[in-house]
Amino acid sequence: MKSSHEPGRLLVVDDNRVNRLLLTRALEQHEHRVSNAENGRIAMEMLKSQAFDVLLLDIDMPEMNGFEVLEALLKDDDLRDLPVIMTSASDELDRVVKCIEMGAEDYLVKPLNPVLLRARVNASLEKKRLRDVQKKLFRTFATPEVANQLMKEGFSLGGKYVTASVMFTDIRSFTSLSEKQDPSDTIELLNDYFALMFDAITANNGTVNQMEGDGLMAIFGAPVYYDKHREDAVYAALEMTELLKAFNEQRLMQDKEEIRIGIGIASGKVIAGYTGTQHRATYTCVGDTVNLSARIQNHTKVTGTPILIDQYTREGVSDEITTQDLGEVVFKGKQQAVRIFAVDPRDESLR
Amino acid sequence: MPTIDKTTFEELKQMSGEDFINELIDTFLEDAPKMIEEIKAALDSNNVDAFRRAAHSMKSNAATFGAGQLAELAKELEMFGKENKLHETGDRLKALEEAYASVRDELKGLKS
Repeated sequence: MKSSHEPGRLLVVDDNRVNRLLLTRALEQHEHRVSNAENGRIAMEMLKSQAFDVLLLDIDMPEMNGFEVLEALLKDDDLRDLPVIMTSASDELDRVVKCIEMGAEDYLVKPLNPVLLRARVNASLEKKRLRDVQKKLFRTFATPEVANQLMKEGFSLGGKYVTASVMFTDIRSFTSLSEKQDPSDTIELLNDYFALMFDAITANNGTVNQMEGDGLMAIFGAPVYYDKHREDAVYAALEMTELLKAFNEQRLMQDKEEIRIGIGIASGKVIAGYTGTQHRATYTCVGDTVNLSARIQNHTKVTGTPILIDQYTREGVSDEITTQDLGEVVFKGKQQAVRIFAVDPRDESLR
Repeated sequence: MPTIDKTTFEELKQMSGEDFINELIDTFLEDAPKMIEEIKAALDSNNVDAFRRAAHSMKSNAATFGAGQLAELAKELEMFGKENKLHETGDRLKALEEAYASVRDELKGLKS
């Protein structure tokens, strides 16, 4: 009886030799790669040094029992979503319920039923594969911290106040540029451009959470708060201008027009959360700080400098970064004047 | 009443693979006497936990091979362990040893 599914890497944990051997051989019959351990402690050691897709776990074991293994898995960011199938005697169902509450995926009753064994192992393997794909997708669009938080806590659509840095970036005169070239060139340009900007932002712990046309919005310091978010945002901006310089050199060689960008950063209290529906949601920030950041970005058209930041962001960066105080500006729709600083590019030629 | 339920045993054989059934029987025949020894020692030293655990293993393996009567006796012993009543087991351990002896003989004959 061969499995129609892809083989998986399985770990069987049982202190009883007959149970262990039987499960191992039965799963090997279905072409899976099977390892086994005689108690929870040995299993945990194996889980930390090798990759597995599904864990089949007995409850009653010496040294470290099934409950203790489930607890240890929950505390481990890398192992928390490993599907676990409890294997138990039919008169232990009350304990199985406790295991499911502790995060176990499913259960099998001993003596094993071959049909159920096959079906449940395949179902858990499928879940593992979906989770891996989901993780990969999250990691494409978010930092590992955000991805982990999403995997751990799911989408709670409720918002909260957080202190973060918000960055807006736009390509200067993009409309006239795109009118001059082929539509496919424009899309290719945007894809190359976004790939570079994503790199700079995620390398500095930021999350890109909106792309609209040629503009993008990124957040630093949320959803997972950390105190260096202002400096990280500025470093990301510097890196973006440097990557863009290299990109432009390449474009010039291909006889293509250079592109220029404006970056605005503001820091402070924002309302952060997932907006949308349970089916389609994005992590985003709203509030005064976000509006201010967008206005500051727009103001780069007036100043002609690529990176502008507000005073609170300036106060959060080290002296290695030099800035020019541009004085106070009253933005449309704002009552109070805001002090603006131009960040000096590290590369002289960009100043 | 036969000692081993043939339907359960055939299902087991199918699940483990024909080649492997002998290895599985040998493992059980090697481990079961140890479990019985553990049950006896735990009874003598009134070690409730070890008693319960050994009886549980015996129950689990007997059920796997379709040895219903042996599984039932082991389950009863396990219950005595769970309820901390080792002194009330009476002659059940002796009955379990006898049941195991006939299971052992029959399993030896079932090896292919």
